[in-house]
Amino acid sequence: MDLLEHQGKALFAAAGLPVLPAIVATTPEKARRAAEHLGPRVCVKAQAKTGGRGKAGGIRVCGTAAEVETATTDILAMTIHGHDVEAVLVERAVDIARELYLGITVSREVRSPLLVFSREGGVDIEELAKRAPQALLRRPIDPLLGLLEYQVRDVVDAAAFGPDEPGGTGAGKGLAAVCRMLWKLYRDQDATLVEVNPLVLTTGGEIVCLDSKVTVDENAFFRHPDVKPEPPQDAREAKARAAGLAFVPLDGDIGVIGNGAGLVMSTIDQIAAEGGRAADFCDIGGGARSEVAQAALEATFAGPPVAAVLVNIFGGITRCEDVAKGLVEAIGAAGVDAPVVVRLDGNAAEEGHAVLRAADLPNVTLALDPDEAVRLVVAISRERGAAAGTAADVAPGGEG
Amino acid sequence: MAILIDNATRVLVQGVTGREGAFHTRRMLASGTNVVAGVTPGHGGKTVQDVPVFDSVHEAVAHIAADVSVLFVPAPRARDALFEAADAGIKLIVCITEGIPVRDMAEVMAHLPRRGAKLIGPNCPGLITPARCSAGIMPSEIFMPGAAGVVSRSGTLTYEVVHELTQAGIGQSTAVGMGGDAVHGIGFIECLELFEADRETEGVALIGEIGGDDEERAAAFIRERMTKPVVAYVAGHSAPPGRRMGHAGAIVEGSAGTAATKQAALEAAGIPVAGSPSELARLLGEAIKRRRAT
Repeated sequence: MDLLEHQGKALFAAAGLPVLPAIVATTPEKARRAAEHLGPRVCVKAQAKTGGRGKAGGIRVCGTAAEVETATTDILAMTIHGHDVEAVLVERAVDIARELYLGITVSREVRSPLLVFSREGGVDIEELAKRAPQALLRRPIDPLLGLLEYQVRDVVDAAAFGPDEPGGTGAGKGLAAVCRMLWKLYRDQDATLVEVNPLVLTTGGEIVCLDSKVTVDENAFFRHPDVKPEPPQDAREAKARAAGLAFVPLDGDIGVIGNGAGLVMSTIDQIAAEGGRAADFCDIGGGARSEVAQAALEATFAGPPVAAVLVNIFGGITRCEDVAKGLVEAIGAAGVDAPVVVRLDGNAAEEGHAVLRAADLPNVTLALDPDEAVRLVVAISRERGAAAGTAADVAPGGEG
Repeated sequence: MAILIDNATRVLVQGVTGREGAFHTRRMLASGTNVVAGVTPGHGGKTVQDVPVFDSVHEAVAHIAADVSVLFVPAPRARDALFEAADAGIKLIVCITEGIPVRDMAEVMAHLPRRGAKLIGPNCPGLITPARCSAGIMPSEIFMPGAAGVVSRSGTLTYEVVHELTQAGIGQSTAVGMGGDAVHGIGFIECLELFEADRETEGVALIGEIGGDDEERAAAFIRERMTKPVVAYVAGHSAPPGRRMGHAGAIVEGSAGTAATKQAALEAAGIPVAGSPSELARLLGEAIKRRRAT
């Protein structure tokens, strides 16, 4: 789960990391009052879970109350890379002597945390990694040993603070302390990413975390009972998640339900290759019980109109017969009248087919293999889309 | 021969008295696997399907030799159980458990090499050498002994492909489900290396998905080191960036880890990439046939 800048900074402050005085505001009026308290110069920053806020105009330095109100009004109305701006953070402005980059993330390659530092901060770090890979210092952290002192020294050396820079040797000491505290926070909070970009040296010689980007591991919430996972914005996702299903809303018109993450992803790909567009990713896992199938169907229909649904099940241990029984019950209970294409294969598939044939539901079509199932559901959605006069029939993809 | 496990393999089950543990112990036994012991702290002295249960892995291996441990321990206690298995001298640990924190897995991966132990998983279906040994939860009914090696990040896609292979009369040497987490044990390269050295395996199906760069590194390895044919499939071409698609490791971060870049890397290494799981099974069948003809 990604945290907003101000949420990350609250963790920073609690861990002893240097942050600037700041107040969260949700209206221009509140922002102005915050600025009066923090001023005279403040920075008004969009709180949205995305990078590139500065480039998008979501961060503005203001010198007067009027400027703060205008900036807040503008920023609160923004959507940055598809993310609504929920609030602004009004922060005391500082004069920057130098911008640095410091982050810790999980490296899949070395299977451990990785500390990344650059003396060039305030830039897109992925872009910098491509343009000038030698500008990045990378140090894998042994999770059983923690961040070692020589690694901290490596960072301070790489920063190469000059004798004529503000702060003198104090800047190096400040940076070393930030490294140690950031590692401790990463570990203690079960983070998978902590990033300070930029980490700045002020003209006053202080090291300050000007931004925060923190991602915490949802699998570790059992260790952090204080962290409240936020409810998803999408109604379908909220419904599915309440039933314990993995669900990702997409923007097409074909509902997709299957068992297993890989199988569902693959089904969505094949729908796209046939020229259709999936409305969701819904993984029912074992999913034999009718409550699970019902929850999946209800979630699929809880959002924008769905032209048709594809249920793609490969029974490994799960018996297709049980899934079929669950589906028949669920289609009745959820009151589904849209076309449903069902593909069952593997364990007890024949028995599953028999259950569906016996139920004789008018809106259910049985497909005998996954490729046929995909072709069928795409054809149905196209017909329904054309009949309803929606844009579904001109969905991009072609013969893919 | 096969890889990693065969009929001589002696399997221990951690979390054997739990619902999942007991259920799959029964299935492993039914498929002919030599399950020799189970462990659940506080349940020593019981039996599950006539398999003796011990309080600790150390105690179990003091009584009965075991080579492989299969874990069904709940996520909050999985880290400790993994350390315990490695410290008791188990050399191959298979972790079925889903939802283990990344921090715990990083710690486990730092410790296991010190004990010479290897890990498969977590969040995986385990592995199977058909008709000889099943260490995990794969449905043995759809498998058939033969020449195809399978290594995969996805359980159900493995079943799809194996089902197609079996229906086409192509049996499998060993199938390994390496799991869907970002930090995991044995990966594509280790399995490919073993399949290359294995006399029974004549070709390998690699099933990848979005996230990380396991497929890209596998592509480089295949180009440089594999003489046996490898065919591949990558799921997640239509996945939106930044969203976790069911598996913790299946997430496209920035421009990295997309299905398109993985497919391109595999194709650049001369590896045929299928458009669907059924096509993957077909491609592997053809590749094995071609190899036999030459």
